[in-house]
Amino acid sequence: MKVGEMVNFIIDGKKVEAEEGATVLQVARANNIAIPTLCCHESVAPSGACRLCVVEVKKGKRTRIVTSCLYPVDEGIVVDTKTERVLNVRRLVMQLLMARCPESDVLKDMAKQMGVEPQPAFHPETDKGKCVLCRLCVKACEDVVGVNAIGLAGRGKKKAVGPPYMEDSKTCIGCGACAYVCPTEHIVMESTNSKRKIWGRTFKMQACDKCGRYFAPIDQLKFISDKTGTPMTELAVCISCK
Amino acid sequence: MKTAKTIDKTVKDIIKKYGGDKTAMIAILQDVQEECRYLPKGALSSISKKMDVPLTRIYEIATFYNAFSLKPRGKYLVEVCAGTACHVQGAANLMDRLERDLSIECGETTQDKTFTLEEVRCLGCCSLAPVLRIGADVHPNLTQDEIPKILRNYK
Amino acid sequence: MSKINTLEDLNKAAKRGLEAIIPSKTKIMVGMGTSGIASGAQAVYDALAEEIKKRKLDIILSKTGAMGMDCIEPLIDVVQPNKPRLAYSKMTAKKVPEVIDQIVKGAINGNKPAYRMDEEEFICLNENKQYLKGPVPKDLEGIPRIKEVSFYKKQMKLATRNCGMINFESIDEYIAKGGYISLFKALTKMKPEEIIEEIIASGLRGRGGGGFPAGVKWQTCRRAHGDIKYVICNGDEGDPGAYMDRSVMEGDPHSVIEGMIIGAVAIGSSQGFIYVRNEYPLAVANLQRALNQAREYGFLGKNILNSGFDFDLKISKGAGAFVCGESTALMTSLEGKAGEPRAKYIHTVEHGLWNRPSNLNNVETWANVPAIISRGAKWFSSIGCKNNSGTKVFCLVGKINNIGMVEVPMGIPLKEIIYEIGGGIPGGKKYKAVQTGGPSGGCLPDKLIDISVDFDALWEAGSMMGSGGMIVMDETTCMVDIARYFIDFLEFESCGKCVPCREGVQRMNEILQDICNGKGKEGDVELLESMSQGIVDGALCALGSTAPNPVLSTLKYFRDEYVAHVRDKKCPAGVCKALIRFSVSEEKCTGCGVCLKKCPTECISGEKKKTHVIDQTKCIKCGVCKESCKFDAIIVE
Repeated sequence: MKVGEMVNFIIDGKKVEAEEGATVLQVARANNIAIPTLCCHESVAPSGACRLCVVEVKKGKRTRIVTSCLYPVDEGIVVDTKTERVLNVRRLVMQLLMARCPESDVLKDMAKQMGVEPQPAFHPETDKGKCVLCRLCVKACEDVVGVNAIGLAGRGKKKAVGPPYMEDSKTCIGCGACAYVCPTEHIVMESTNSKRKIWGRTFKMQACDKCGRYFAPIDQLKFISDKTGTPMTELAVCISCK
Repeated sequence: MKTAKTIDKTVKDIIKKYGGDKTAMIAILQDVQEECRYLPKGALSSISKKMDVPLTRIYEIATFYNAFSLKPRGKYLVEVCAGTACHVQGAANLMDRLERDLSIECGETTQDKTFTLEEVRCLGCCSLAPVLRIGADVHPNLTQDEIPKILRNYK
Repeated sequence: MSKINTLEDLNKAAKRGLEAIIPSKTKIMVGMGTSGIASGAQAVYDALAEEIKKRKLDIILSKTGAMGMDCIEPLIDVVQPNKPRLAYSKMTAKKVPEVIDQIVKGAINGNKPAYRMDEEEFICLNENKQYLKGPVPKDLEGIPRIKEVSFYKKQMKLATRNCGMINFESIDEYIAKGGYISLFKALTKMKPEEIIEEIIASGLRGRGGGGFPAGVKWQTCRRAHGDIKYVICNGDEGDPGAYMDRSVMEGDPHSVIEGMIIGAVAIGSSQGFIYVRNEYPLAVANLQRALNQAREYGFLGKNILNSGFDFDLKISKGAGAFVCGESTALMTSLEGKAGEPRAKYIHTVEHGLWNRPSNLNNVETWANVPAIISRGAKWFSSIGCKNNSGTKVFCLVGKINNIGMVEVPMGIPLKEIIYEIGGGIPGGKKYKAVQTGGPSGGCLPDKLIDISVDFDALWEAGSMMGSGGMIVMDETTCMVDIARYFIDFLEFESCGKCVPCREGVQRMNEILQDICNGKGKEGDVELLESMSQGIVDGALCALGSTAPNPVLSTLKYFRDEYVAHVRDKKCPAGVCKALIRFSVSEEKCTGCGVCLKKCPTECISGEKKKTHVIDQTKCIKCGVCKESCKFDAIIVE
């Protein structure tokens, strides 16, 4: 792939130009073409897990259904973001997810926007909460923060996200990145003034040396201190006071 | 059941055998399981510490593959072949009979820790279908009523 | 063993090997593949060793892989100087002394051999070598030749050319049959591009199920950017009921190794991997031994055959995950992670294992390579049918008389496999369908019995070649139950990454379980059909996208069975427990009481010599009564 070279292709009948190496999703959004996503977040690499962002791509003689978050743009391809096959996949995905997470308002709203009705033949599950297994939380913890407190476990329908053995986490630093990226509010961080509770652990918050506001868990600052070598005293000042 | 110290030594030796190669994680876990008859919690923590690999990654691998068990297995692993050829020759009935006779469900271990009952696909002995494997012994062309006698040989 | 550097060295090893294949003293070969051992071959081997020792006989005992006719195992082959090779079937330890008697006395009494071989095909050398110099001894003329046995008549052993024929512990025997000559040719007489052209011209298509032209894959990999490239062997044969690859890895590991070295030369790779299923310990052991032997001879390692080419192979075991048979999942597993697949928009031949160009092929594909390089692309493409050259190895299992592994030219009519090679359906029952392609495939009913067995014809019929499993079914097989079986399998094996597979296959399973349990509702079948397209289009990998195939295929040809289950709450084949009823036939019951004794819930009552009765409230439909009744007096409806 020669990054920097421009390619021309068609998306929803519109001629567009884009840089080689970009994904169809990136180019679509840059051209105000809406494609629904769930497992996509700017801070982590795409995984293609939810399949909502599928589009139909014609390359040469071949037409395929692909996930736009991962499909690289190429010269001369023809992309359709709303064919019957595409809408069929999105409908099925939403129906399956609504049955998996019946309590999720986020999913209900998305479905409504997409014009998708729930499938009554799919019996609602009761033990999955609002987790759609988008794995954004795991990626945030692994790749962005680098703590590896939570991960994926199991296979197939038993797949779940959490600390090893689903026990209270020993390594979580309470940063809340997982809760921040979670698209369905499945991961909840309980915050009071001086404490945070997540993944079974209660974290004491650090009060700013200057203004006294509680701004980050002590464990998180310790993690940063260990990683960067910056002494704790320097880290005990909140952003506004820095 | 091994002590924490023995587990630690077992892990150390196995990691050494693979030269600490992180890409050999699956093989390392297989060897640990072979030694300990399952993957004890302490073993996974020990591997994590010694190889500087996050516990979450090791736990993911240990819970992804069929070969690994996080629970102690019985003395004998009773495997009902549920391959297509065996299925067509009545393997489901064999499983039902074993579940009834051992009073456990597939995937569980008997109270006295003698037998663990599992499904396996497939042993590749299709001309002998339906097939049951107990430990290393293959029992071919089985009918349900032969099961009590076979189990008695392993008590 | 010293290194082999020249053709002269190779010929010396070949000579040693030939002396072992057609020895100057008696040799007994025992079929010690996994299925042979499962049927009792170890006890036979031990008994032979003991008898030979006891009688102080000068007899060579050797181990060989499975030749294919599993249903007559344990099998031993006796090779005596200047006599045809004789195969004794269904051997037991008890029969050993008598067989040894026959060998010692030179006359056949009692335990007759199943068939004989007067000569052996040395395919890579394009010659046949005779076991005997003169005519066949009179007392052996009555023993059928192997080619006269209906199981073997229409077969053509190419990929499995050495399975059951050579001692799998001997590299010299492999060499004697033309082994490693192709490696010499490829390394010293051909340019890498020429090797690739030959494979392309041969028309070899991937035998793992995809059917993609192997040579084109090699070419793309060769041309990909990067100095470090990998060749990989997919030995993760996960389709239940398929054990072709296992048989090759156990019976002829060098064919895979040689194929991979040739591939590595062509592509420009110095490191290869053989990924073997965890459930195949004998295959792993035999491959490992063969790798060590190949290294000792210098076929692996540095400066192979003094050509300056370095290459080595490593075996990596799976850990029990069907999804790892998918190429991207396999590579992820090789990297030491959980085997989740990824999108193939960027091909693995360009970015594969550790993001480097990787060429992955199936065991059977690799095993064909040395034969193609030896005999040439023209020869290979003359076998088979248009666009489908060569042969295919199948495992013929289920409701068929001759259960076993077979290798046939592509394009053979299905009818010949089922009725001639397979010997038809046991018990006089009627053929219903054969499932091909495993959980990704479909069924071929009676009306398609004349279909040409090749990649393209099977695909058009709604099934696929797959890796080679052929599950034969008769009138006592419920096709809805079969669909449910495959979906249940896939639900368990799904990696869980993408929604359409993880959630969709699960929901399809729920619906099918309901249908089989008598809880099917109107609209269930239509829902299965409408979900299928979404799963086919939306799933991330081939496991998910082919998951609906068995359902769609059985619906296509056996819709009436689905309707019977849903609408009439009946299982026409008499399988689904919730929809069947066991009762005793007044006409046929003799009151023998066997069923009464065996019934685990004691729900059968009756007096001696009087018709027995089944209490429906206690009956759990386990079927023991039907299994044990000698008078066929149990009715299932």
